[in-house]
Amino acid sequence: MAEVSLHKVVKRYEGVEAVRGIDLTIGDKEFVVLVGPSGCGKSTTLRMIAGLEEITDGAIQIDGTVVNDVPPKDRDIAMVFQNYALYPHMTVSENMSFGLRLKRFPKDEIRRRVDEAARILNIEDLLERKPRQLSGGQRQRVAMGRAIVRNPKVFLFDEPLSNLDAKLRVQMRTEIKRVHQQVPVTTVYVTHDQVEAMTLADRVVVMNDGVIEQVGAPNELYHSPRTRFVAGFIGSPSMNFLRCKLDREGEDLMVRLADGVALTLPAESRERYREHVGRELVLGLRPEHLTETRPPRNGEVVAPFPAVPDVVEPMGMDTLVYFRVGREEVCARMDPSANPRVGEPITLAANLARMHLLDPGSGLVLGTRPTG
Amino acid sequence: MSAQTGSAAQASRAQPVRYGSMSRSRRWALRWSYFFLVLFAAFFLLPPFYMLITSLKTSAEISAATNPWWVFSPTLENYIELLTTDQYLVFFRNSALVSLIVVTLTMVISVPAAFALSRMKFWGSATLATGVFLTYLVPETLLFIPLFKIFAEVRNLTGIELINNWWVLLILYPTLTVPFCTWIMIGYFASIPKELDEAALIDGATWMQTLTKIFIPVALPGLIAATIFAFTVSWAQFLYPLAFTTSTDQLVLPVGIVTTLIKGDVFNWGQIMTGALLGAAPPLVIYAFLMDYYIAGLTAGATKG
Repeated sequence: MAEVSLHKVVKRYEGVEAVRGIDLTIGDKEFVVLVGPSGCGKSTTLRMIAGLEEITDGAIQIDGTVVNDVPPKDRDIAMVFQNYALYPHMTVSENMSFGLRLKRFPKDEIRRRVDEAARILNIEDLLERKPRQLSGGQRQRVAMGRAIVRNPKVFLFDEPLSNLDAKLRVQMRTEIKRVHQQVPVTTVYVTHDQVEAMTLADRVVVMNDGVIEQVGAPNELYHSPRTRFVAGFIGSPSMNFLRCKLDREGEDLMVRLADGVALTLPAESRERYREHVGRELVLGLRPEHLTETRPPRNGEVVAPFPAVPDVVEPMGMDTLVYFRVGREEVCARMDPSANPRVGEPITLAANLARMHLLDPGSGLVLGTRPTG
Repeated sequence: MSAQTGSAAQASRAQPVRYGSMSRSRRWALRWSYFFLVLFAAFFLLPPFYMLITSLKTSAEISAATNPWWVFSPTLENYIELLTTDQYLVFFRNSALVSLIVVTLTMVISVPAAFALSRMKFWGSATLATGVFLTYLVPETLLFIPLFKIFAEVRNLTGIELINNWWVLLILYPTLTVPFCTWIMIGYFASIPKELDEAALIDGATWMQTLTKIFIPVALPGLIAATIFAFTVSWAQFLYPLAFTTSTDQLVLPVGIVTTLIKGDVFNWGQIMTGALLGAAPPLVIYAFLMDYYIAGLTAGATKG
């Protein structure tokens, strides 16, 4: 049982604020992923939870106790590092048992825990090897094993998959999720990869420039982002942002884009946007909601969207089509059978039930409550 | 020129032609390296070889006008004479004692010092690290007179006689070895990823345990390099023992040979050469023994992830 909570946590380095007063509560056994671009303060936050960085201001609690001045070894945490940080002169089993040996655990207890962790991670055959005799994926398993044997209150992962190649990364991602299901421990995981964040997390914390932009379940972030940053960060390829003007035409609301393309909003979103009529706004539309023209599925409200492809990228499962609206580049995700060609005009279908309108000044998504 | 192209053509017939130009430039690079290696080997090996030749000659043969590069009547007389006189063995014992104790002292001081300077970020640690290195840059030729003066003052104040005791070298040599060894070890410790001590910290290790259980084993090649350096410096040091020790029973090997085997303007070349040769043996043995381990450690460190 361990809850981790951060209250107005600030980290300042020589006048630069890396973390600017964040509040976050991570529930017991919850898997929370901190995600954001490099320099957003996510690693610093993790290292403050670990006790590797001092907290300039605010408080961090683990299991109800303020740990600001508690050294790392007494916080009952385990950490997995990006570069594994295995002790190169020790065997796998010595690496895993190092912490327990320092704490003078009985030998048979150490043996039992190491064997158990090795079984969970499927590294039973590697226990007598040295780290240099292992592949990247195996080293990462050992690093996780070292964390598991400690049986800590909190697991901390600092970009653990960044040093692996793409294929292994996907494999280890599944592995981490499986391990968390088998050994449910409160986990804080840092990554800059939004796919990792979405697939692993119970809740994702999107950070930018030292503050939390939004906290939510993966689907919530995907479907209802609150800021332009979150909308653009989650999802791949990222959301299209188009400058537009919101107009009224009789009862209907329309968004007019740069090229004179006008899209009629679905009736149910009229209410939400009525107060913004006449304003210059930004239309946010994901590539997957801008597709080839096809019969609308239930609930879909589609508007025709003319385009002339500049670049066509076949991905196998679908084909990405890039084109321009005014000066802005737009990406659409089409079925490969639509067979778009560069330079040949096509008409796409924009699923306007899934679109967002953003305030160009504040970057906030209209019709949602801002965080904090 | 034609000979070159001829041999190149031969070579390209003999080997796959794919890397023809690569192998040609490689072959020339090899030839030049061998040329210079032989040149340097000759340059550095001729003096010891001449020492060996001379040590096997009688005094009469040394002074005779014969080919100096050949021994006409080899004899072990010099060796027997040197090794049966107590004097030479005393020098040897003094040298060995001083070097072993200095190496130990140096390691005991510089390894923790390097660890503290490279890892425990305390106020002024970077300045202190540079300061340590700057200390090494002050030559002993500049220091021996002030040191002599200090020792004289110490005697006046406390009555403790520091001069003309072999153990005073135990204080003097570390002023040369500690700064440099600390500097080497700072470099080695700096190459150890920061995450390794953070992992140890989270695993519950104290600073001391991190040093002894993680840093020392991981930086073993560096430790050996520093040990070799400290030993070589202590073993070969000449100026300090020359200045600070005078009685025959307090002398170390390099000074002992020079002061006892040169009597006025009489140079006992045979024994000087023998003494020097025997004196050069221990570092040679240590190099030969540790070098394998040293290189093994280096390559192991290079592939660590």
